[in-house]
Amino acid sequence: MTAVADALEIERVESHLHPEGSFEVDDHAVPTGREEIWRFTPLKRLRGLHADAALDGSAVGAEYDGPEGVVVEKLDAGNPALGSSGFVPTDRIAARVWHEARQRYAVTIPAEAELDRPVVVTVTGTDTEPASATHAVINAGAHSRATVVLRFVGSATLADIVEVVVGDGAELTVVSLDDWGDDAVHVGHRHAMVGRDARFKHVDVSFGGEVVRHDTTAEFAGPGGDIEMLGLYFADAGQHIEHRLFVDHTAPKTKSRVTYKGALQGGGAHTVWIGNVLIRKVAEGIDTYEENRNLVLTDGCQADSVPNLEIETGEILGAGHASATGRFDDEQLFYLRSRGIAEDEARRLVVHGFFNDLIRRIAVPELEEQLAATVEAELAKNVLATPASRGDES
Amino acid sequence: MSTLEIKDLRVSVTTDDEDKEILKGVTLTIKEGETHAIMGPNGSGKSTLAYSIAGHPKYKVTSGTVTLDGEDVLAMTVDQRARAGLFLAMQYPVEVPGVSVANFLRTAKTAIDGEAPKLRTWVKDVNTALEELNLDPSFAQRSVNEGFSGGEKKRHEIAQLELLNPRMAVLDETDSGLDIDALKIVAEGVNRFRAQKGKGVVLITHYTRILRYIEPDFVHVFVAGRIAEQGGPELAEQLEAEGYDKYVKAAAV
Repeated sequence: MTAVADALEIERVESHLHPEGSFEVDDHAVPTGREEIWRFTPLKRLRGLHADAALDGSAVGAEYDGPEGVVVEKLDAGNPALGSSGFVPTDRIAARVWHEARQRYAVTIPAEAELDRPVVVTVTGTDTEPASATHAVINAGAHSRATVVLRFVGSATLADIVEVVVGDGAELTVVSLDDWGDDAVHVGHRHAMVGRDARFKHVDVSFGGEVVRHDTTAEFAGPGGDIEMLGLYFADAGQHIEHRLFVDHTAPKTKSRVTYKGALQGGGAHTVWIGNVLIRKVAEGIDTYEENRNLVLTDGCQADSVPNLEIETGEILGAGHASATGRFDDEQLFYLRSRGIAEDEARRLVVHGFFNDLIRRIAVPELEEQLAATVEAELAKNVLATPASRGDES
Repeated sequence: MSTLEIKDLRVSVTTDDEDKEILKGVTLTIKEGETHAIMGPNGSGKSTLAYSIAGHPKYKVTSGTVTLDGEDVLAMTVDQRARAGLFLAMQYPVEVPGVSVANFLRTAKTAIDGEAPKLRTWVKDVNTALEELNLDPSFAQRSVNEGFSGGEKKRHEIAQLELLNPRMAVLDETDSGLDIDALKIVAEGVNRFRAQKGKGVVLITHYTRILRYIEPDFVHVFVAGRIAEQGGPELAEQLEAEGYDKYVKAAAV
């Protein structure tokens, strides 16, 4: 364990939920796929990101659009902003990005700024070779209010780190939108440090890409913080979408809500959701609930869902989790159809309904309509693509 | 002239890999303008009749026919039956999370009519229907049946009855679980519906209470999957006084 990691530790906790981190690439062996944190991931399809593939690609570019006052700047390796969220790589890919990222940048929202529109960073990939690595730091100053949207489009093999620092009393929403082409591979690490009485909402939307794996972790810099993590994913045939979440309740009177919802359709569609929560001894009076729901729309899909809760103090307000994976509810379909609604339309309603409350909770008006439309487009690929409905549409 | 004709209907459900016959030959004709009450003890097959008419996949029709104006209802899918003019108010309406009542009603109305309702009059119609059933206009923005009280669910069923305006309505224990005020509101809705021309109602109930507010033309006593007795409204009064005992005993012999 490095000195930095040592200094960051509040108190060592022996837990697989909280692996020891290290900035040294050599401290992280090339995974074999048998490790707990890799056992769900198709390593062979990572194009060497987990091993030694060069990360010096420039096939990924970023465009920025945002209100005045927000500062976007490039960072050189070694800039103290890097790592300012307390991020310590816990796997080989993150450690490699730490050292090898070609593009490092910071998005800084000044203290007390209240943005009237979202900051949008569009990351566009132009080719799957060679692989690229980026490292971003989003810093929301104390008492600021902002929404930052990271949109990923095109073709790429990308490993990235996004650090988020939410200042005391700030309210920050970060939306990560994986709208990749079908051939993209994206392994992302996100880590947030949430300040005293701050509110952080992380929204992770994954539609595109061949393999998408996101490690999203968060901790608290002081009491009173609030973390909401929302996820929406839609896996098609052959697609692997994996979300690994870890909320580390490092301070008292903090709150976390994790809700991820996904739909799967087509042979080989695979989703993984690992929801880890650690409540440390110091974290008295906290409240946490994590939830994952999967809707399996066709045969041949696999949804893995593993919530883990580790509690080191009983002096808490609440802690719970729920996980459910199911097919269409026949009773719901019967009810809708008994009102004259044709079967494909009934299915469409149920899937939209499944995602709707989540989309509403995202509460970014600019995105709501677009997300509903994307769900619709995903549905058109399969659920609605019955001979009958094609006939109706023509 | 709308007529729902049920002839010698036999229906089974599969439990533990075993087919169990629930309806053992039911014959019943409902003409427009008529209200038929079907009464009977728990487990007599009343709800099975309702769900079989609506086409619930759990119930397997082994013989007999159901026709609406001569059209073979049993050959239709669930949604085709609704579009043909059948409506089932369910005893346990199903929650559909994330789908608003407004969206649901508009989608259903569009499906039934074959075209989208005119926006201006439709909004007014929905608001009127909700108001008459003592449901707040904000109700339209809630998810279908999610978090509704028992009474709200039943009133929502009757709001649908009025808005979708079918030819034949089967009301499955719409009165169960309602307090007297809610019961009156629901009964008024059913009475508004059947006051129109060309409507038939099958009112399935365990209790005689609702028949004080919705007077039936015919009463059928259901026991052990068959109609054990038929008569006019006076039969309901007799059941109120005597209960189902004598029919149940007769069926057990």
